[in-house]
Amino acid sequence: MEPFTTLRSRTVVLPAANIDTDQIIPARFLTTTTRTGLGKNLFADWRYEESGAPRADFALNRPAARACQILVAGRNFGCGSSREHAPWALLDYGLRAVVSTQIADIFRSNALKNALLPVVVDESTSNWLIANPGVEITLDVAAGTLTLPSGVSAQFPLEAFARHCLLHGVDELGYLLTRADEIAAYEARA
Amino acid sequence: MARAPQTLFEKVWRAHEVSPESAATPAVLYIDLHLIHEVTSPQAFALLRERGLPVRCPGRALATMDHSTPTLTAQVFGGAPIAIDSAARQVRTLEANCREFGVELLGLTHAQRGIVHVIGPELGLTQPGKTIVCGDSHTSTHGALGALAFGIGTTEVAHVLASQCLLQRKPGTLAVNVHGRLRQGVTAKDLILAIIGRLGIAGGTGHVIEYRGETIRALDMDERLTVCNMSIEAGARAGMIAPDETTFTYLAGRPRAPQAAAFERAMDAWRQLPTDAGARFDREVDFDAAAIEPMITYGTNPGMVIPIGGFIPERADDAAFGQALAYMGLTPGAAIKDQPVNVVFVGSCTNARLSDLRSAAAVLRGRHVAPGITMLVVPGSQEVKRQAEAEGLHQVFLDAGAQWRESGCSMCLGMNGDLVGAGQYAISTSNRNFEGRQGKGARTLLASPITAAASAVRGRVTDPRELT
Repeated sequence: MEPFTTLRSRTVVLPAANIDTDQIIPARFLTTTTRTGLGKNLFADWRYEESGAPRADFALNRPAARACQILVAGRNFGCGSSREHAPWALLDYGLRAVVSTQIADIFRSNALKNALLPVVVDESTSNWLIANPGVEITLDVAAGTLTLPSGVSAQFPLEAFARHCLLHGVDELGYLLTRADEIAAYEARA
Repeated sequence: MARAPQTLFEKVWRAHEVSPESAATPAVLYIDLHLIHEVTSPQAFALLRERGLPVRCPGRALATMDHSTPTLTAQVFGGAPIAIDSAARQVRTLEANCREFGVELLGLTHAQRGIVHVIGPELGLTQPGKTIVCGDSHTSTHGALGALAFGIGTTEVAHVLASQCLLQRKPGTLAVNVHGRLRQGVTAKDLILAIIGRLGIAGGTGHVIEYRGETIRALDMDERLTVCNMSIEAGARAGMIAPDETTFTYLAGRPRAPQAAAFERAMDAWRQLPTDAGARFDREVDFDAAAIEPMITYGTNPGMVIPIGGFIPERADDAAFGQALAYMGLTPGAAIKDQPVNVVFVGSCTNARLSDLRSAAAVLRGRHVAPGITMLVVPGSQEVKRQAEAEGLHQVFLDAGAQWRESGCSMCLGMNGDLVGAGQYAISTSNRNFEGRQGKGARTLLASPITAAASAVRGRVTDPRELT
């Protein structure tokens, strides 16, 4: 996994609250056996007409959105199904961070496993970002800050271990396997 | 020296810490049972293959197929091919992975196949005090037996396959205390819908719920499974109910539960699990069971729910609320009762066990679904199907004009082609009413099996108490 230290990008905004993972990636696309290629199906039922033509007024279809790596969304983003296909689809589309006032537990965990940065900020920061789509912001993983164009920074929480893994590109599976002796000791005790 | 009082959750968590969490690192938590299905496992096995890793404890894993599998008999048993190519490929991929890695698979034609959260308890694999995971958010179901059971993503599936462990931060605890008794016609499904309605769909985020109180004690195991199943819909990490005599009676004699003397010893250990007197929860919420009505959702998440005799709320200044109602084609201030429906689905890991089918059949016996209604009854497992057929329930459904299928997740999420059409209203005993979940443009109303069956008879949303 590549280290993730900072990200500077314009934002694309989906203001809806409670965006669930069925919207992010509908179930009919879950029959894939790989992690890649889901970007074209991201938000499929919101992005495309019946005919398959992209809806011009959907935020992710606007030309400026293609260069955006940061999604700002309404609260409780990623609720519902545990499908890891949701962060895979977001990443395959080109996004690398999601900003909201609340991010659902399983989605958050899945996102971190894939270096998709979950950024939880306070309401006033979120409200400003939602009202000002397309601005350039900077995310700093080591400092845990989101910096607005004005230079004002907001803190976002990140557990020490998650921060460490992102900064150093640590693969959690590799880390778990280094604990093999302790696991064996537990099995011997149990 | 007596140790401090602990909750059920705390006891199970601590017993599974390979190493506890610190400021710098999460806990390493040992996983007793890993349930696997075809949708969230391919990429996990691929990762092991890439790294040249074996499955650490194949004996602690059990795979089945449920999400993308057909429910039409000809496609399961008759040699007809699975209609959706990618679903067929996913099924074959699981078969190949299980063969290669030595994991037991209850395959497409296996007599014990079923929805993963139905077969675990059914086989007696789900037991009090165990840690249980699966790449599926409704893994919370197994908490009904006093297990710590939660959903994980595909990468974590690979972690468990390779190490039998997960890195986890300890969640908070939320006690949901339910007092009194549920009234006639009010089911466990209505109880959990009412709980979600009050907590909200993010109310439990970051917490494990323990359901407590006399109402919970009075529920049978199928009812407890229904309640715990939907814990995730309140945003909770998991839901648990302490084991008691109901649990032990349920488990006794099940094929994969301890037997004879081993069962007696196990019960001694299980009796130590319930929350100690004086143990603290981070949060507590109280419910009065007698105040709960049959419930039904009207919107596009499980928290948008009202009593069946209720009215759709009015929220003039909430644009998102307005959009949800526009999607559903429903009007603020209108009664939900008598809303015409098109499709009725009795199935899913929430409500497809034998008792659910019996209760739906009791409503349908001697009656017929209304003209134009498509009704699907999908048993939760092949074992449930056999038991239902032995009691003649399938004939009740068929005589009433419903379809009787092989087991699987089916119309809960429509991955296998069992879909609700655009604009159609579907009353479903499943757990999610998100936009498009049961089919693009589908309008899902979540309810209990008896509400679903009564609504099928009338062709519109119906209070089940009117038909009994």
